[in-house]
Amino acid sequence: MSIFDDPLDPQRRLARGCICGRHRSAAEHERAERTLRYEPVQSEVQSDEKRYEGVVASAVMRAVFPRDAARRAFLKSVGASTALAALSQFFPLKTATELFAEGATPEKKDLKVGFIPITCATPIIMAAPLGFYAKHGLNVEVVKTAGWAVIRDKTINKEYDASHMLAPMPIAITLGLGAQPIPFAVPAIENINGQGITLAIKHKDRRNPADWKGMKFAIPFDYSMHNYLLRYYLAENGLDPDTDVQLRSIPPPEMVANLRADNIDGFLAPDNICQRAIYDGVGFMHMLSKEIWDGHPCCSFAASREFITGSPASFAALTRAIVDATAYAAKAENRKQIAEAIAPANYINAPVTVLEQVLTGTYADGLGGVKTDAKRVDFDPFPWQSFAVWMLTQMKRWGQIKGDVDYKAVAEQVYLATDTGKVMTEMGLSPPTTSYKSFSVMGKAFDPGKPDDYLAGFKIRKAS
Amino acid sequence: MSFSLRFRAAIVSVVLSLAFIGVWHIATRSTGSVANMSPEYAKLMGLTATQGKSAMPGPMDVGAQLWEHVKRPFYDNGPNDKGLGIQLAYSIARVATGYFIAVLVAIPLGFLIGMSPLISRALDPFIQILKPISPLAWMPLALYTIKDSGLSAIFVIFICSVWPMLINTAFGVASVRKEWINVARTLEVGTVRRAFTVILPAAAPTILTGMRISIGIAWLVIVAAEMLVGGTGIGYFVWNEWNNLSITNVIIAIFLIGLVGMLLDQILARFTRMVTFPE
Repeated sequence: MSIFDDPLDPQRRLARGCICGRHRSAAEHERAERTLRYEPVQSEVQSDEKRYEGVVASAVMRAVFPRDAARRAFLKSVGASTALAALSQFFPLKTATELFAEGATPEKKDLKVGFIPITCATPIIMAAPLGFYAKHGLNVEVVKTAGWAVIRDKTINKEYDASHMLAPMPIAITLGLGAQPIPFAVPAIENINGQGITLAIKHKDRRNPADWKGMKFAIPFDYSMHNYLLRYYLAENGLDPDTDVQLRSIPPPEMVANLRADNIDGFLAPDNICQRAIYDGVGFMHMLSKEIWDGHPCCSFAASREFITGSPASFAALTRAIVDATAYAAKAENRKQIAEAIAPANYINAPVTVLEQVLTGTYADGLGGVKTDAKRVDFDPFPWQSFAVWMLTQMKRWGQIKGDVDYKAVAEQVYLATDTGKVMTEMGLSPPTTSYKSFSVMGKAFDPGKPDDYLAGFKIRKAS
Repeated sequence: MSFSLRFRAAIVSVVLSLAFIGVWHIATRSTGSVANMSPEYAKLMGLTATQGKSAMPGPMDVGAQLWEHVKRPFYDNGPNDKGLGIQLAYSIARVATGYFIAVLVAIPLGFLIGMSPLISRALDPFIQILKPISPLAWMPLALYTIKDSGLSAIFVIFICSVWPMLINTAFGVASVRKEWINVARTLEVGTVRRAFTVILPAAAPTILTGMRISIGIAWLVIVAAEMLVGGTGIGYFVWNEWNNLSITNVIIAIFLIGLVGMLLDQILARFTRMVTFPE
């Protein structure tokens, strides 16, 4: 993906260039395609010291050769390694790199971060056993929490310094929906995709959602992407989610038991729960959430404004650790190791096979088939503000927000795209240059510049 | 040949438990009927789906797992995974704290209520309303106002275990035989001395009965409270294993909760016997 640019690459183009537009170069596009097809890819694992060295070196390079053309000509003629060697002769690159990687000293080293045991929390959880927090000078205790309301209250109470939250939750808390208004912020999105609609085995011949009238579905929380995606999917298929079906908020771990007990007909739930239902033989995968909206955000890493202003260096170190872990998790070749690291009882507490199926994307569908989709779950930390705008349109669509909303102001207050972009640049990753992008959900285009028009385009919505 | 009643009762108990385990074992046997599936698909599925294993664990599974826990009761794999011994210790410590605060509040207050008809009438409506409130109803309020989940759990224990003690103390104090009080009065014993030397010993059996009811309630409450606030304790253990759908561990936890509850009750029962007097 385009985040992992090599700053010392003389071939690096300023404009993006590949057929699909998502990769930096045709070569990278090709590599990504191969990963998708599960073909061996030439390893390009880069250690982090290397990456930081790259950042510092490229800064020095740029200072020595301020003009792009001259720098490129120099790099091309002598090669990157020779250029680096030459530079380090008169500039202490090593020391500078070490200093850079440390950053400012955190005000508070011992932090507590809450999480819900689902694979969406992968970067937050794995950063503990795999040492990403320690690398950024923090001693973080990741604490498993019983449910979304509890994690919200504990974070508001400052028992946790930062938390894993569903992507719409920080927006809801900031606006004071279902809690007192407290300004929260999202420095990083945890995961994209990685959810699914699972139905009870007895519905295996009722795959057309138009026939689902009267069924009971579970969602993890009212302010969740799961709620909005399921409602969207049902509404696109002509069902009114408020009157034609029943939607219940059930904590993810209880969903499988409820499905087995026949209390619900299906759920749109976070993964490892969907796969767990299949593993236990009680449900099958109707569709991945990716098929509704490819690249949708799900969970976020959130902290209160108070913490951010009170301990800016700790917060910056946390953000770096999470972005670092997310970048590591984004690589397909690391996924098996991650599944083993987060499966024990101290973390997610689930069978390794289940987590592996979720993270590697080769999974049993519950109906006897094995499917492969390398992008079943993916990790990309950048908090697109257009995501927040979309969530706000859905909150308004389903009556969670009444009256007018200043979409842009809320999105920019809660989703810290600029700050995270800066952190990513400092770390040698290349963030997108804008914080709004258009995307399409079930074939319907969303333009973040015109949220009200988008909202007006829906026939099924809660009458306000 | 005749055995003592105790011995015969023990035999019946053993037979009953063996019968229970036998029925349990038969009811949870594998069905053995397995749908045809490709080996690569089967590799990705759980035993319930591949071998028709019952979703409910049998006594053998539970026994084996229990042995694992007994072998390593005090391991510590980080903040979210600790041995059963440590979890039980956390729960008992929480219960003890909340319970002793309740004792400190309930017994003096109970004395006051028992000795003064005015206070008794004045406080009666509050006690009657607060007494039947479920512990879980207090939880959100406690979390919201105290802003600390550990203290909230202790508060919930306190608020739920205080009432039986308070009511029993007040009742015990109020029903001390009039003659004894009158004797004390004729001997011109002061109020404080009367409370400690006459009323306290006379009311002690009733007070301890209240304390015994309370410890049972406190132990009931802790499991529910810990399931909500999480972190540590046997309630958290149940929740964590429920999360993993590990019914085996949940059954073990249920068994242990019962065992510890029984022990706590027995300790209080022994104290009660110590202060009981024949009239």
